Amino acid sequence: MTPRIFTPLVLFLVIGFLIGPFFIIVAASLSGGETLAFPPQGFSLKWVAKVFTVESFQESFAISMLLAIGGTAAALVLGVPASYALSRYKLPFGETIRTIVSLPIIVPGIIVGLALLRYIVVPFGLNITLTLFLAHTALVLPYAVRVVSASLNNLRSDIEEAAVLLGSSRAGAFFRVVMPNIRSGILAAFILGFVTSFNQVPVSLFLSGPGVRTLPIDMLSYMEITYDPSVAALSALLAFMSIGIVFLAERFLGFSRYV
Amino acid sequence: MSDAPFLSLEKLTLAYGDTVAVKDLDLSIRKGELVAFLGPSGCGKTTTMRSIAGLLSPASGAIKLDGADITRVSANKRSVGLVFQSYALFPHLTVFENVAFGLRLKKLPAAEIESRVTAGLKSVGLSNFSARKPGELSGGQQQRVALARSMVMEPKVLLLDEPLSNLDARLRLEMRTELQRVQKETGVTMIFVTHDQGEALSLADRIVVMLNGAIEQIGTPEDIYNRPISRFVADFVGFENIFAVEGGKLKAGNGPIDLSGSLPPDTAGLAWRPRMVTLGSGPFQGTVRGASFSGSTREYLLDTPLGAIKAEEDAALAARETGSAIAFDLPVEKAARLKKFG
Repeated sequence: MTPRIFTPLVLFLVIGFLIGPFFIIVAASLSGGETLAFPPQGFSLKWVAKVFTVESFQESFAISMLLAIGGTAAALVLGVPASYALSRYKLPFGETIRTIVSLPIIVPGIIVGLALLRYIVVPFGLNITLTLFLAHTALVLPYAVRVVSASLNNLRSDIEEAAVLLGSSRAGAFFRVVMPNIRSGILAAFILGFVTSFNQVPVSLFLSGPGVRTLPIDMLSYMEITYDPSVAALSALLAFMSIGIVFLAERFLGFSRYV
Repeated sequence: MSDAPFLSLEKLTLAYGDTVAVKDLDLSIRKGELVAFLGPSGCGKTTTMRSIAGLLSPASGAIKLDGADITRVSANKRSVGLVFQSYALFPHLTVFENVAFGLRLKKLPAAEIESRVTAGLKSVGLSNFSARKPGELSGGQQQRVALARSMVMEPKVLLLDEPLSNLDARLRLEMRTELQRVQKETGVTMIFVTHDQGEALSLADRIVVMLNGAIEQIGTPEDIYNRPISRFVADFVGFENIFAVEGGKLKAGNGPIDLSGSLPPDTAGLAWRPRMVTLGSGPFQGTVRGASFSGSTREYLLDTPLGAIKAEEDAALAARETGSAIAFDLPVEKAARLKKFG
């Protein structure tokens, strides 16, 4: 095989593997049949419509939304000051702190989930929802710190001193001249964190309790019982939601600069 | 300009952690003076400036401004302006809002802010740029915005960090004139930091030469240029032939050399600019090692028993050949007398 054929073939295969499943899911969700199958049997929107009638989906969607928004917001509340301190001051163990903050990216989620269940939830009887919230905050924190740090590093620190010499307090300088200039970084971190949290499976898998399930976990268990195309329909809807968010972010913020 | 000190630094010691950057510095500056802090990087000039601004608290000593001790007054309450080397404009605000920033914090009436910002921008020739963002301006324009931003606050002292170093030659001249004009019109006391002796000589009323965290010499540009008192200052302002003096004799490569005339006992060294060296006659002998032509003058490098000597002659005179023997003199009456030869 010559490289002239080989290269496009590899490219085609990679793109196919990456995007293919998405098209299959979309096609399957528009099926007129009773089971999840590909190619779809006939065409209908009934499974898309059914998604909105499944009660547990509504509940777990709300939980996932709250977790994604709340967890990401909490991660930013912790992450913005942390990034600021890490990028502006020579902290003792600064690099160590940076590494620890990045750990949730490196440690497999399944281990985090198991550890939280075995050593936090079971022995201390900690509320599942609270544990989920803490876990998602920790998972999103590395992204928040990374993205916000990137935009802080692009910002000269002497503008804060300039603000102080013009009469502003140190804290005032942060809110008046630092925050406005890292706003798009913070928004980018929020979107990245939201998507990460919303699609999170392995950690959440261990942290499910009666009536408390995130949407992806709920979809898994739904499929175990009911093998109909509504899961595909829901997946497709979620994928479109993510694409929409990322598209808007790119459109208005130049999101890809920060990741 | 009155004689009473307006800004004084008393036994000021500044440190970063355990590293002492400036030690026991004493300095008084009069109202309306334009002072340059001149020295190589690491001499403590920027550190001293930052402590006057309040961005660095002294380890010991005091800073007094306009009759008040401001040593412990925080930077935002000192009425000291600083034009940063990088200008430090706020990138998210327009030129107008940059200049208005401090006035808004003072909660002045909108009409007054408007008129002061307009006047400030007009004085630096940027009236038409008020709606632009800093990123859309050239370096020179950004610096003028930074200058206007500090000046509308009517500071008691305006500090400038390397105000000319980021500008090209033409803008440098323009900015120099601009700074002198602002200083004359407003009478603000100005201190600027520079490592460029030409900048200090051309702009300042008085120059403070610093080395290793201490003041080496304070004087008018003429004093510094013509009468350096230490080897370092002499070298810094272009004296190329510098010799130690011990017991009234010049300490040179081949042992002490008698000098014609007597020197005051505190003379530690003598220094000559290349053009102060007499060529063609005199008690010393040397060999021309090399020559370089620079338009109006020719500079020679001589190999002599005293060591290498740099001499300069009018280019209108005939060129001296490389390798030829030459008599020369180092006239003591022309030399700068150094009291410190460290």
